Amino acid sequence: MLRSTEQSPSSETAPRLDPRAGEPNSYPVRTEEDLLTARHAVRAATLALGFGIVDQTRIVTAASELVRNAYIHGGGGTLTLTLLEHPGAQGLRLVISDDGPGIHDAQEALTDGYTTGAGLGGAGRLMDDFRIDSAPGRGTTVTATRWTTP
Amino acid sequence: MNARPVAGVPILRLGDVLVTELLDELDDKAALAFTDELTQRIAAEDASGVLIDISRLEIIDSFVARTLMELTTMARLLGARVIVAGMLPPVAITLVELGLHLDGVETALNAERGMALLGWQQNRQLPEGAPSAALH
Repeated sequence: MLRSTEQSPSSETAPRLDPRAGEPNSYPVRTEEDLLTARHAVRAATLALGFGIVDQTRIVTAASELVRNAYIHGGGGTLTLTLLEHPGAQGLRLVISDDGPGIHDAQEALTDGYTTGAGLGGAGRLMDDFRIDSAPGRGTTVTATRWTTP
Repeated sequence: MNARPVAGVPILRLGDVLVTELLDELDDKAALAFTDELTQRIAAEDASGVLIDISRLEIIDSFVARTLMELTTMARLLGARVIVAGMLPPVAITLVELGLHLDGVETALNAERGMALLGWQQNRQLPEGAPSAALH
C-alpha cells in the first residue's frame, strides 16, 4: 500500500545527498546481466540504509520491475541510486531513465494491465513517491523513492 | 540435451513427483530453458506432480510471477499438478501490493506440506529409507 505522505517527508522539499553516499551511483541497464547487477546494488543500498526486510523486498521488487521495463520497452537505460537524508528519515531514490519511444499517456500507464504483468502502477504502490516523466519520442524517466519509517 | 540442466537448477524425481526449485538469478534465457526441461521431464517420466520450492526466492516480480503461472498451466495441460512451496512472507506481502495474485497457482507453506498435497506422506513409524509414500 502507498503510505500516507504525512509520515514521510514530502518530495517537494529539496532533499540533500547523504554525505556518506557521495555521488549518486549509476548502473547501466543494457543486458539481462545488468538487471541482476542493478537489483543487487539496490538490495545493498536498502541494507546500508537499515530498511526492514519487508521494505527491502518492496524496493528491490519495484526496482526489478522498473529496470526490466526500461530494458524491454525502453531499449535499455540507466538506473541511478541516491541516498537521501532528512531530519528523522532516510530514503532511497531510484531514477530509471531510458531513451525508448516514451509513453503517450503516463497516467494511463499507471493503470494495472497497461503492460504485461502489474505494470508501472504496481511498482508505484511499493514506493512512497512515484513519478513518471515521459512523452512520445522523449524516452521515459521514472523517479521512485521510499523512506525509512522513523 | 545436456546432462547438466541448462537452467542450472536440478530437477529430481521422487516416485511420480518432480522436485525442483527456483533461484533469484532467473533471467529470460534461464526461465525458457527451465520451462523446456521441466515440461520434457514431465512427459518423459510420466510425472503426475511437480513441487517447485521457492523458499530461496528473495523477490517475485511480474516476470517471475508470469513464469510460475505459465509453468503451472503447461504442466496442467500435460496432466501434472504443480505446487509452489515455501514463499517467504515479505514476498507474499509485496506480491499482493504489486497486484499479482498468482491466479491458478497452488501453493503450500513449505516443501513438506507441498509433498503431502501431492500424495506423499511422512511415516514416522518406519525406519529410514523405507518407501513409505502413498502413491495414487
